[in-house]
Amino acid sequence: MELLRFFTAGNVDDGKSTLIGRLLYDSKSISTDIIETLTRQSKSTGVDTEIDLALLTDGLRAEREQGITIDVAYKYFTTEKRKFIIADTPGHAQYTRNMFTGASNADLAIILIDARNGITDQTKRHSIISSILGIPHILICVNKMDLVEYKESVFEEIKSDYLKFSQRLGLKKISFIPVSALAGDNVVKSSENLSWFKGESLFKFLENVPVVEENDQKEARFQVQYVIRPQTDELHDYRGYAGNVLSGSLRKGDRVQILPLDVSTTIEKIEKFQIEVDEAKEGDPIVIHLSEDFDVSRGSTIVKLNELPNSDNLIEATICWMDNKAYQSGQKLLFQQNSFRSKAVIKELEAKIDIHSFDEVPSDGTMNLNDFCKVNIKTAESVSYDSYSRNRKTGAFILINENTNNTVAAGVIH
Amino acid sequence: MKDYLDQLEAEAIYILREVAGQFDRPALLFSGGKDSICLVHLALKAFRPGKFPFPLVHVDTGHNFEEALTFRDNLAEKLGERLIVRKVEDTIKAKNLQDGKGKFPSRNGLQTYTLLDVIEEFEFDACIGGARRDEEKARAKERIFSVRDEFGQWDPKKQRPELWNIYNGKIDKGENVRVFPISNWTELDVWNYIKREQIELPSIYFTHERECILTEHGQLMNVNEFVQLDADDVIVKRNVRYRTVGDMTCTAAVESEAYTVDDIIKEIKETKISERGATRMDDRVSEAAMEDRKKGGYF
Ligand SMILES: Nc1nc2c(ncn2[C@@H]2O[C@H](COP(=O)(O)OP(=O)(O)OP(=O)(O)O)[C@@H](O)[C@H]2O)c(=O)[nH]1
Ligand SMILES: [Mg+2]
Repeated sequence: MELLRFFTAGNVDDGKSTLIGRLLYDSKSISTDIIETLTRQSKSTGVDTEIDLALLTDGLRAEREQGITIDVAYKYFTTEKRKFIIADTPGHAQYTRNMFTGASNADLAIILIDARNGITDQTKRHSIISSILGIPHILICVNKMDLVEYKESVFEEIKSDYLKFSQRLGLKKISFIPVSALAGDNVVKSSENLSWFKGESLFKFLENVPVVEENDQKEARFQVQYVIRPQTDELHDYRGYAGNVLSGSLRKGDRVQILPLDVSTTIEKIEKFQIEVDEAKEGDPIVIHLSEDFDVSRGSTIVKLNELPNSDNLIEATICWMDNKAYQSGQKLLFQQNSFRSKAVIKELEAKIDIHSFDEVPSDGTMNLNDFCKVNIKTAESVSYDSYSRNRKTGAFILINENTNNTVAAGVIH
Repeated sequence: MKDYLDQLEAEAIYILREVAGQFDRPALLFSGGKDSICLVHLALKAFRPGKFPFPLVHVDTGHNFEEALTFRDNLAEKLGERLIVRKVEDTIKAKNLQDGKGKFPSRNGLQTYTLLDVIEEFEFDACIGGARRDEEKARAKERIFSVRDEFGQWDPKKQRPELWNIYNGKIDKGENVRVFPISNWTELDVWNYIKREQIELPSIYFTHERECILTEHGQLMNVNEFVQLDADDVIVKRNVRYRTVGDMTCTAAVESEAYTVDDIIKEIKETKISERGATRMDDRVSEAAMEDRKKGGYF
């Protein structure tokens, strides 16, 4: 069975939470006791339908009280074909960083548009974020079709507007589906009201959309998370480097380079759960043994000799600032890429990205919550990386404030 | 394409190794239930032939099932890993706390004191737990690395952004991080994994005959020394099993004819009631019971 991760995005009240509630409800993925609780709660929120399906994901007291989503909720459902991991993200601009959190490792973005309003600033913002994050597939759900008499023309107009707007974003694949999350049209069941629509229902779409096989032909990338050294009598010399293969594949006998140490050696042995294997593929949790003893430690990167990544301590990236406090020039930061950490500073704020037009505007030197900026970062130690558009695993990083320990930014390397 | 169980397993192992790499004094909170037994299995895959870089810690409420406790002790011994047990009973005495009252006296709230004490005693900076997001709506909102302040409190408004598989476990002294490696697993995933990996479980997960009180809500509560029996209680003998192994006083059994893991998987696929809904009495108190407990330092 395959795994598909997707998230919902779109403007406040476009119906993201309702859509997920509907999807789970109509596919019979919600237990009866949960439905009972929802029915009881719905009476107190005053939504006129029998159950307010948004309450399924709006799990915090503050969310239920305000009728909005504040933080990501994760939901799950399974069909014969697939397991789905859903992130329901908030629509409020103020909570964009939470939207970013839910979106970061998704295979698919569902962006909702209210049929009455068409494209809004949030539609643009979320599309641009999806583009920056390199989400392989975007699905536009035109929702609340019940409020525009299910008119095909409304759907077609939004579709053509969106295609025009998104041209510059370089989105890989875009699909469109008209729905009514509230009434359930075309979510799980196809609908009489939308009989003019020839495509699949959302549910069918989710079951059939190809899950992009990400990295099999990619360069081999491995990072050490933890060194296993039992130091017992029998395993006195055992020294294994534990981590997941980030991309590509590694074989016993491969000539490899260790970064940032910058020495080369050979893979002597690969173990998966204490069993020796000849080859390890992307995603495999393994333990690597090298022929020579170097000072390999957590955060060291292991790559094949003929597939070297970039190695540098000056990095150009696009980051999203996520701290409530604005960026302060010269602020001391930690750069973290998977298990690699180094002290870092932002050398230069190059430009701010206008989140509605995707234009770059020269930076005025400030960076506030939810701003997207092009920056130059200097790290104390050299970083081994690939550009994010080439490799999502080695091109992504976060910045941590050394004082507060908070994650203050997330970035993708150019 | 990798199978989804392989992907969930790899994600969990990655998280366990991040804990080992990022923290000085982690611990694995072990209850003897299926989720924490899976965690132990995953830890074996993550760290063998080395020892676990953390002890197993059990907060014993005193209301645990004997089978789960025996299983716990045997497992720790078989693996040769360190087990630390701290008893809620002792906390109640030491702190002069009010024990749970009523017909089904719960120590769920009291457990938090013992947990926070053991964290302080050993200066644990990370506590790994087997909570899953599909269990409850507040859990569905929690990060995989969930930072708690000095008082163990969760503040849902202050959660750190958590992107890709990059985990920020940096904290100040006195704070700790709760880590949930199987956040993205559902009850069914756990059972499918138990089946695939042939993981052993305490016997109470499988059907057995048991004397129970049939409550007014239709729940089957085990008859034991902690539960107050009343004259008008309806006592029944049924074939039951447990879906979760919590306290005897607040975990209900479900009727079942499941003798094997395969039977259980079939039952779960067919059941219309959620794991917590079928078995827990403690979440019925209010709509935000779990959120409030977490804000108070609970797991
Ligand atoms: N008529 C109609 N109303 C809808 C539809 N979908 C959602 N709504 C209503 O729109 C309102 C907002 O829905 P939510 O699902 O909470 O919106 P959201 O996008 O999750 O909002 P945030 O998470 O706060 O950004 C609710 O009152 C819903 O009942 C629809 O298809 N038709
Ligand atoms: Mg919502």
